[in-house]
Amino acid sequence: MRLDQRLIAEMITPGTRVLDIGSGDGALIDYLFRTRGCDARGIELDMGEVTRSVAHGLPVVHGDADHDLEHYPDGGFDYVVLQRTLQAVERPREVLRQMLRIGRYAIVSFPNFGHWELRLKLLTTGRMPNTAVWNTPWYATPNIHPCTIRDFLALCREEGYRVHDWMAVDEDGERAPWRRSIRLANLFGEQALFLLGKADQR
Amino acid sequence: MWNADSQFSDSSLSPDVLDPGDIRPYVALAQGVSVFMDQTDIPAPVEHDRAVFPDGLTLDCGTVLAPVEIAYRTYGTLSANRDNAVLVCHALTGDQYLAEPHPLTGRPGWWTRMVGPGKPIDTDRFFVICSNVLGGCMGSTGPRSPRSPASGKQRNTDADEPWGTDFPPVTIRDMVRGQHALVRHLGIGRLLAVVGGSMGGMQVLEWAATYPEMVFAAMPIATAPFHSAQNIAFNEVSRQAIFADPDWHGGRYWEDGAIPARGLAVARMMAHITYLSEEALTRKFGRRVRREKTTPATPCTVSESQSLSLFGEIFEVESYLRHQGSSFVRRFDANSYLTITRAMDWMDLGAEHDGDYAGPFAGTQTRFCVISFSSDWLFPTSQSRILVRALNRAAANVSFVEIESDKGHDAFLLDEPDFDRTVRGFLSGAAEHAGLGQTRTTVSG
Repeated sequence: MRLDQRLIAEMITPGTRVLDIGSGDGALIDYLFRTRGCDARGIELDMGEVTRSVAHGLPVVHGDADHDLEHYPDGGFDYVVLQRTLQAVERPREVLRQMLRIGRYAIVSFPNFGHWELRLKLLTTGRMPNTAVWNTPWYATPNIHPCTIRDFLALCREEGYRVHDWMAVDEDGERAPWRRSIRLANLFGEQALFLLGKADQR
Repeated sequence: MWNADSQFSDSSLSPDVLDPGDIRPYVALAQGVSVFMDQTDIPAPVEHDRAVFPDGLTLDCGTVLAPVEIAYRTYGTLSANRDNAVLVCHALTGDQYLAEPHPLTGRPGWWTRMVGPGKPIDTDRFFVICSNVLGGCMGSTGPRSPRSPASGKQRNTDADEPWGTDFPPVTIRDMVRGQHALVRHLGIGRLLAVVGGSMGGMQVLEWAATYPEMVFAAMPIATAPFHSAQNIAFNEVSRQAIFADPDWHGGRYWEDGAIPARGLAVARMMAHITYLSEEALTRKFGRRVRREKTTPATPCTVSESQSLSLFGEIFEVESYLRHQGSSFVRRFDANSYLTITRAMDWMDLGAEHDGDYAGPFAGTQTRFCVISFSSDWLFPTSQSRILVRALNRAAANVSFVEIESDKGHDAFLLDEPDFDRTVRGFLSGAAEHAGLGQTRTTVSG
């Protein structure tokens, strides 16, 4: 399991119901079931990954964040997780709304477009930046809605979401030390990880 | 919606490999099914293992059908805790002989590649049950059963009047009621899993909806929570083909020692096309013509008999379908075919819930695994997706896989490694969650 998935798992209370959108090979839901006693289920777009997951006994549905979340009932889960996918969905704001309709908490991770390397490359070369995290050319990238940590916080304010926890991590999932300053995190964090709830929630 | 001879084995293409039929003594094969049917010997009747329920069942139509007999087979060993039972539900023309040679046709069981020691449905771990559906013709109560069996004395099918078309209309849920009686009879309180494809998948869904506390896991394969207008239409063509046969005799064909073999064969041929796909037909047959008949360059040679050159077996695909038709009538009863196709047509899980397919599954604790095949146009993936979304609305624990295959609806009976892995993995996961003992066989990913 990736390190950032371990950080996500640490945010989740044992014995809860979890929906993992973009569950990939199912590593997180498998971990949550085995070590945390969670009722963890997945949604995955790649049929090969779905088949592998189900063949390992994991409850995974073929589907995607944009079209299938509306079919889940209100409050059906405690946590809804979206890993490194927000920037690739058609309607990120609607997906977040659905996540916090279905779950009490939403856990969202995304690559931070505000990282200094991207800023520097765009400034110095005048071309779309290409880095280890953003590694597909502009015409082929599935990442149609990139955002920065500050952009995401602004959206949360607009939508009235409460940020229960957040952190910036590097590509390997190591926590970045710029926790105190959002500006520094936005400059040095390669990935961002948020635990959200609705405003009226404790 | 399968039978053992529906598979694309090369032997099935050879018209001289014919099934001995399942024709009871009171039904003689019709003479003169001339165009494509060969005369065949009447085989001896086969005794099937049965459970008898003297009090019978109350059917959806209100009729109390009594007594009811359910013919069944089991494979593997029931555990001491009685917690490892897997019920397999068969499709339209299937039967209980899923993992052993068929007593009538001698062919391998219809799911031999899926069920057995070490197979995806592993009989070293699981106790597998399969029963002939109510309304069927392989030992369970159906249109060929005597209407008023003499109790306490030797059955004599020659003297007893069969139900025929007077057999009460049964539904998929009625079939499930019969299976439920059998499962209780076997002393099983909860099934680890109910598994089935096509019409078998419809039974799986009815099981989960009707007896939710008895179904720990459900695997509906290549199926739908309702029978579509297109599928009802296909069934209607099948039925009309049977009705149009002069040997049909209003459904009382046994009185004339006949069977509506031509009509039933045409019904089977038409239905069989719907189980395949254009790619599969092209890959297997293309436009190839049979030897010694004619050539594409001279489709209407004057020297040949007009009727033969125009309507003889010219293309290989025709020969294949005719063989499918002729072997089918030897093992299947026309009135059963009518009864069961009608049961499928009635299938609509939303009917009692204002069209909401989530309704029947409200509060379900069953683990579901829905499987479809990409080239299945009879029960397309879109219908599986309707089911999956309904299960999601019901907050069910559901897995959903579409298997990439060009083999059409019949893919669930054929060699599809991803399908095998999915079935094996889901059942292993279900066994783990149900707290069954450690696996005796290794689960391969």
